[in-house]
This record gives sequence, structure tokens and C-alpha cells, in this order.
Amino acid sequence: MSLTKNIYLQLWLTFMKIGAFTFGGGWAMISIIEREIVDNHKWIEKDEFLDLLAIAQAMPGILAVNIAVVIGDRLKGIKGSMAAAIGTILPSFVIILAIAIFLTPDTIKNNEVLTRIFKGIRPAVVALIIAPVITTARAAKINWKTIIIPITVAGLIYSGLPVVSNPILYIILGGIGGYIYYTHVTLKQRKEGE
Amino acid sequence: MSIYLKLIWAYLKIGLFGFGGGYAMLSLVQSEVVKNGWITNQMFTDIVAISQMTPGPIGINSATYIGYVSTGNVLGSIIATLAVVLPPYLLTLYASHYISRHSDSTIIKGAFMGLRPVVVGLIASAALLLMNKENFGIAGSSENLISIALCVASFCMVYFTKIHPIFVIILAGIAGFFLF
Repeated sequence: MSLTKNIYLQLWLTFMKIGAFTFGGGWAMISIIEREIVDNHKWIEKDEFLDLLAIAQAMPGILAVNIAVVIGDRLKGIKGSMAAAIGTILPSFVIILAIAIFLTPDTIKNNEVLTRIFKGIRPAVVALIIAPVITTARAAKINWKTIIIPITVAGLIYSGLPVVSNPILYIILGGIGGYIYYTHVTLKQRKEGE
Repeated sequence: MSIYLKLIWAYLKIGLFGFGGGYAMLSLVQSEVVKNGWITNQMFTDIVAISQMTPGPIGINSATYIGYVSTGNVLGSIIATLAVVLPPYLLTLYASHYISRHSDSTIIKGAFMGLRPVVVGLIASAALLLMNKENFGIAGSSENLISIALCVASFCMVYFTKIHPIFVIILAGIAGFFLF
């Protein structure tokens, strides 16, 4: 790991960059975080990144901030988590405050140039969320048997039906199901193998 | 109760009971802030529109904006933003520490074995939910076709090349300016 003296500054700057270019919430951050944290800085491995995403998603609050907290904490403990969280929050805080103080909502909403720019950005943001579906599926070692899990989860959440469209349900079921499978199948197979 | 205490209370609730990130939190924000009479439904729609045109999580954007509008000063912004961020921050930090301390336990190992494919599904659901007419226009329209082309091109750049995702967003913004 290439951790220099200024790791906190690096973390803060990296997450500020991520925060400044995250449109549409925490999920859209994943591509940028993956590129910055996993590929460029090599601060964490891909499969570990997936576990951290699971923790961030399971906790209440703003997903983007939670992701920053778990990654910052994994790298440099509490101080690291603070650097990453403040970095993520700062760009939107400053920009929104400036808008609230100096502009009325209509100047932004009815700005023709901004409207056109964002019509272009929105489909790109969706692409930025589709890409990590594939990279995380690889990191999770999804095969033709286990692919049924993400497909069912995504389909039922998308359905918008009561109860089954709540993501928390799948965090709980995934945790319990994983534990049962691990203790009843994986560990037994290992024992038999010995 | 002073406006500041009300702000703190409302955003504590939003932070602690909002799961799933982004737009999943919106209805909670709406019920809290509109109910308090800080803003009208129309203003709420405006804030959502602004959030879509500015970076950052919508939970932060709404806290910062409503904190300012309801109190008329920056302190309100800071207080609302801290209220929405701090409790989940502490909980997430605690969970992260707990899990790394017990990373060798059977429960944690097993749970994460099940959680990994679930997270893949959660990301996929977020992508599916965003494939709507707000982001892609009405099916079959020229706006729709351009949007789909932009999405496919962006995906190829992010997935198959080393082009940085931030640069892809900037390119998409420039393309949007000229194409729409």
C-alpha cells in the first residue's frame, strides 16, 4: 500500500472529488470509488470493497456518507472515517448553501443550459451504476447457480410491491441465509475434505 | 420549541430511519419538512430538481437547503446537516469496528457470504429504478434514443476503457448540451 504521510489529506481530497461528481446518490459513487480507491490508490481489494458496501447499505443514513465512513475507517480508523465523510459532504454543502443564499430555485430549475447538460448526465449516471453490477458480480464470484440471488433481489425491489420491495429485507435474509449455508454446507464440506 | 430544535429533531429522524440511500429517503424528508410548514410541496419539488442538478447526496442537499431557508442563516444549514449525518456516522463506524474485530467469527463470515450476492442485486435494482422517463425521456422519442445512446456509450467507456468515470460524466454533460 502506498500510504504516504498525508494519508488523511489524500483521503479527504479523494472523497471530495468523489462527492463533487456524484449525481443521483450513493449508488452512482460506486464506479468512481472503485476507480479511485481500488484501481488507482489500491487502498482496498475488490472483494473487501464489496463487504464494505454491504455494511454501508445495512446501516441507516445517507449511503454516500456511509460508504465514505467504512472505507475511511478501514484505511485509517476513526480519523480516516472523518476525513472521508467530511470530504464527501463538503462539496454539496457548499454548493447548496451558495444556491440557497444567492439564488432562487427558479434560476436553477429554469436554466436552459443546465437543463440540457443534466439531460446528458442522467443517462451516464445510470451507466455508472450498471458497470459496478458486473464488477461486483465478479468480485462476489457469482456463478450460474448463485446468479438467481441478485436477479431475484433486483426484480423484487424493482417491482415496487409492498414489503418485498424493501431492500432491508434482503440484507437481513442475505445475512441469515449466508450464515446457515456457511455453517451447514461450507464447513461440513471442509470437514469431509479433511 | 425553537426552530433549531425542530430542525435537529426532524433531521435526526431522517438520518436514523432513512435506509437505502438517495430517493428512498425522499418521502421521509417530504413528510418531515412539509409537515413542519418549513416549505410547501412546490418548494419541495424545487429542492428535488436542484438536487438533481447539483452534486451530492439528496439527504445532504435537502438538509443544507432547508436548514438555511427555515432559519435564514448558515447555522441552520450546519445544524440540519450535522443532525442528518452524525447518528448514522456513529452507528456505521461502530458496525465497521465490530465487524472487523469479529471478522474471523462464523457468524460474520457466513453473513457476508450471503450478503455479497445480495449487494450485487441491490446495485442492479438501483440501476433498474433509474431507467425511467425522468432520466431517459418518453419511450421512442428522440430524447429517449439519444439518452439510451449516451448511456451505452458511457457504459462502454467506464467498463471497457481506463477513462475515468468523472471524465465520462463531464463528457456526457457536454454531449447533452449539444444534443438536447
